[in-house]
Amino acid sequence: MSQLEMGRQQWTGPAGQFPLADIARQLRRDVINMVWAAKSGHPGGSLSSTDILTYLFYHEMNLDPQQPDWPDRDRFVLSKGHAAPILYAALARRGYFDPEELSTLRQQGSRLQGHPHYGSLPGIEMSTGSLGQGGSTAVGMALAGKLDKKDYRIFNLWGDGELEEGIVWESVMAAAHYKLDNLTGFVDWNGLQIDGPITQVMNPEPIDAKFRAFGWHVELADGHDFESIGRAIANAKETKGRPTLILCRTVKGKGVSFMENEAGWHGSAPNDAQRLQALADLADPGTSGEPAAQKEVNR
Amino acid sequence: MAEAIATRAAYGRCLACISDKYPDLVVMDADLSKSTMTADFKKVAPERFINAGIAENNMICMAGGLAASGKVVFVSTFAMFAAGRSYEQILNTLASSGLNVKVAATHAGLTVGEDGMSHQMVTDIALMRSIPDLRVMVPADGVETEAMVEEAIRTPGPVYIRLGRSKVPGLFEAGTEFEPGKIRTLREGSNVTLAACGIMVDLALQAADMLAQEGIYARVLNVSTIKPLDKETVLEAAHQTGAIVTCEEHSVLGGLGGAVAETVAESWPVPVLRVGIEDQFGQSGKPEELLELYGLTAHHIAEKAIKAISLKRA
Repeated sequence: MSQLEMGRQQWTGPAGQFPLADIARQLRRDVINMVWAAKSGHPGGSLSSTDILTYLFYHEMNLDPQQPDWPDRDRFVLSKGHAAPILYAALARRGYFDPEELSTLRQQGSRLQGHPHYGSLPGIEMSTGSLGQGGSTAVGMALAGKLDKKDYRIFNLWGDGELEEGIVWESVMAAAHYKLDNLTGFVDWNGLQIDGPITQVMNPEPIDAKFRAFGWHVELADGHDFESIGRAIANAKETKGRPTLILCRTVKGKGVSFMENEAGWHGSAPNDAQRLQALADLADPGTSGEPAAQKEVNR
Repeated sequence: MAEAIATRAAYGRCLACISDKYPDLVVMDADLSKSTMTADFKKVAPERFINAGIAENNMICMAGGLAASGKVVFVSTFAMFAAGRSYEQILNTLASSGLNVKVAATHAGLTVGEDGMSHQMVTDIALMRSIPDLRVMVPADGVETEAMVEEAIRTPGPVYIRLGRSKVPGLFEAGTEFEPGKIRTLREGSNVTLAACGIMVDLALQAADMLAQEGIYARVLNVSTIKPLDKETVLEAAHQTGAIVTCEEHSVLGGLGGAVAETVAESWPVPVLRVGIEDQFGQSGKPEELLELYGLTAHHIAEKAIKAISLKRA
């Protein structure tokens, strides 16, 4: 079995001063390499949510990769569980596990299951993938935080197409009813789902008005601008007595020229040539994007 | 004399009793707390009672989030909406993650009565039994219900507990010790085995009395843990009595009958006849009328026992 060499670059230690743009490029390259090696997976929605996860894991969240079960940690739930590749990359580069393991995505016996599985891998807060359920579990976690009078925060990421699931609105109603201001939801509003534009398949818009009507505070953000994401989170923390939605305008396939705004890249893997093109698009300034990532070693 | 009480009533009373003993205990309901009897818990520990409203799927997943945060969570609603509507939430969120949530589903079976088929859940054991790592329990009376609630708390991981609406006779004295997961033999017998769960245990005992008058000695088993099944006791009964009748207030497909038939067929084949609902929907009526109409009676169990004996190979 040949295994892709992922490199061991990690950003561990306290958050706050990491180079977020560099990290996001690395995580995007990881996504491309993982999905290419697995020959299946979901690059489009992983790339559109990369900057949100980068900001949360490398700047915002109070966490300790050495103690993934630390009771007072902030929690992140990936309700859009099909974006597992970006979650795995974010966890590995943050220090939860060796980034070399990223290349095992979707292989038999791997801890990196096709969709996140609770208990398989440190840092996974909940099994997700069956759309809508993760958001409900995040509401449960926020309820637990309130019951225990803890001040940790819960972050949940929905896909925009995911909002078509009825259970999402059950959970949105419950979060407002229980005044869960420790809960911040994100929607990765890239506008595309498997069968096409969300507005054509089953229009969930206006998303902001729906959340407001359910009793949430709503922030609009550019999901590819760390300052914009950061301002929205700061406002969420200031908001008392109700949960906050950060509706993030994003581009599906962000960063890879031929994947951007193409619904077809929701759930398909790049071939060898496409991978190289993608890595070139995602190269750090002054490099070709090809180095270690292109090399294969036999194990 | 042991107390006659609906298992749902024993459940609610038990939760209220133990609320102080288990400070991590959280109870959830979906707008049916006065029927499922979780209202008893709400009365004594309102801060740890969470009403999910009429939104069962969300309730199951919220319970998962609470459990992942260190809580022991009991969630209750009618069996139709727990096992039926929320099957996939129980499978994908609770069971696949081994979360510490106890789904205590009430109003199972035909004895819901007048509400009719939309509320009569007769396929829940089959559905829940098909989920890996989910324990499935059906207490036969109030005392056993209380024991199961505590057993569920002591054993980490997801559980489905099936409870009924109607009052059932008391079979066990208060304080009876139950061996977790083990089938209890309520009556010894060597001609045939009656393996029953829930409200059918009492009827199986009555059937055994009828059979005894004809000189047929039936062993009666209370199979209150359907998964994981105590196969040893089932196979011992197959071996020693040579014929089995299963008795459940559930479809004959995939429930207790299925579990026993699979076990016996693979290791010690003997005739297994099933008393239950014959692959059909329920309807409105008084509980006792419906039991009669659908053949869930002591008389019918006794008839099946005689038939099972006649099918034994010489």
